Amino acid sequence: MIREITFGQYYQTDSALHRLNPRVKLVGTMIYIISLFLFKEAAPFALALVFLAAIIKLSHVPFKYMIRGLKAVIVLLLITAVFNMFLTRGEALVSFWGLTITKEGVIAAVFIALRLIFLIIGSSVMTLTTTPNQLTDGLEKLMGPLKVIKVPIHEISMMMSIALRFIPILLEETDKIMKAQMARGADFDSGNMIKKIKAMVPLLVPLFVSAFRRANDLAMAMEARCYQGGEGRTKMKPLKYGKSDVLAYVVLAVYLAGVIVLGKWL
Amino acid sequence: MPIIVDHLNCIYEAGTAMEVVALSDINLVIPDGQFIGLIGHTGSGKSSLIQHLNGLIKASSGTVYFNGEDIYDEDYDLKKLRSKVGLVFQYPEHQLFEVDVFSDVCYGPKNLGLSKKDVELRAYKALKMVGMDDEYFYQSPFDLSGGQKRRVAIAGVLAMEPEVLILDEPTAGLDPKGRDEILGLIKKLQAETGMTIILVSHSMEDVANYVDRIIVMNGGSVMLDGVPKDVFAHYKELEEVGLAAPAVTYIMQQMKEQGFDVGTDATTIAEARDEILRALGR
Ligand SMILES: Nc1ncnc2c1ncn2[C@@H]1O[C@H](COP(=O)(O)OP(=O)(O)OP(=O)(O)O)[C@@H](O)[C@H]1O
Ligand SMILES: [Mg+2]
Repeated sequence: MIREITFGQYYQTDSALHRLNPRVKLVGTMIYIISLFLFKEAAPFALALVFLAAIIKLSHVPFKYMIRGLKAVIVLLLITAVFNMFLTRGEALVSFWGLTITKEGVIAAVFIALRLIFLIIGSSVMTLTTTPNQLTDGLEKLMGPLKVIKVPIHEISMMMSIALRFIPILLEETDKIMKAQMARGADFDSGNMIKKIKAMVPLLVPLFVSAFRRANDLAMAMEARCYQGGEGRTKMKPLKYGKSDVLAYVVLAVYLAGVIVLGKWL
Repeated sequence: MPIIVDHLNCIYEAGTAMEVVALSDINLVIPDGQFIGLIGHTGSGKSSLIQHLNGLIKASSGTVYFNGEDIYDEDYDLKKLRSKVGLVFQYPEHQLFEVDVFSDVCYGPKNLGLSKKDVELRAYKALKMVGMDDEYFYQSPFDLSGGQKRRVAIAGVLAMEPEVLILDEPTAGLDPKGRDEILGLIKKLQAETGMTIILVSHSMEDVANYVDRIIVMNGGSVMLDGVPKDVFAHYKELEEVGLAAPAVTYIMQQMKEQGFDVGTDATTIAEARDEILRALGR
């Protein structure tokens, strides 16, 4: 059940996207997200859709697996869409109880929902095809210049990589503890709000205890291997750009240009 | 009432690259009052199988019958099933959460909707059954030793008064003394209450002395199923799948090979001694 959550997790398989330099994927995701907010017309949206579809195809991650992550945010999506539908001013379509749905509102709602869906799927393609380690390596490299102004880049990316690594572990742990408490008659789904929150205590206490225990073990293990932070640390597999990475940058540039052109002149 | 497992299959993450077939075509009948050892190498599907028995995992196909009823029926009360089929997880001490030992053990029966008096009575009985002294009742469960925590966790399930008790590797991570204590406790429970017990383990040595029947799992299917001496007779096959028969079996086999006229059925040291004495004619 809880293991169904796929957002932010890595999907092990082999594809052109998996082999890409993580920096390309980070930059690409950023460009894609920005591109989604550059326009309000249908034509560039179609391009964004085609681009996303091509990327998904390239990633070799089953589409069904990818959209499992969407389930978790569906409520958020609906709320955003509904608010847009009612709160946008314009030509009235229907009105009841003092609320009005406008034509502009419906259009805005559709656009915002699509944008969010594209955004979520787009960024999950990145996390699905990039291991947490690669991701933080990429971030560390991209943020490298900030070292000049004394930002602790290495520490930040180390924390990020540990946090990312812990997500699946904690999910698994949650699943286990949930099952163990259910075997003792716990009921996590029924009852009113207060009852549901109360039912979480037997889940959360053991979860925190185990998270602290794991954090402690990890700190100990790192210390035992003489970890001292980023100073003078080298990489076993330093990041290098290859031919396909350059190609990917070109594709990204073409896509961005395409979106701008379609948005402006069509 | 017996548990019947009928053509059970379990596939995790079906339809993805991580697809794992954890169980394939399991068929078992578990009669009342039997003491069963479920043995298998790491990843052979033991934990997956037992979680089907109290409905925590829904089978990919096939069913489980408890008291003649299909537990996957729409209107089957799974909560009630879980009180009848008590499941103690691997490292059960990781599920403790209350401020003191006594309230933690109360959690299970409280979920069954019993009155406060009944809940406390059951908790008290369960804690006594696992041999916890009164002085520990109001201590934080986090302050206990590993073995004590495990007893408390087992009591937490016993307090629901299940008809079937399943324990997933109850001796994992305990020292030899703690292990013998827990196993002795389980044996005593079975003798006193006559409940059905399924003991999951990957050590033959652990279960040989205690159980009536051994089920050996390998790669998601049942490889051997029978009384201990019949199962251990297949010690060569067991070795091939990373398991071993108890040391006694090897000694008796070796003696027989060397021409000493003993039977090779002994599974415990006491039986082996008697058999050797018999062969020596004393
Ligand atoms: N929730 C899950 N999601 C995906 N795969 C799982 C899950 N639980 C178990 N598996 C896989 O199913 C197989 C059987 O696992 P299971 O835990 O039943 O084995 P086990 O016999 O209990 O092993 P162990 O002795 O290590 O406890 C393993 O390959 C495991 O990786
Ligand atoms: Mg297991």
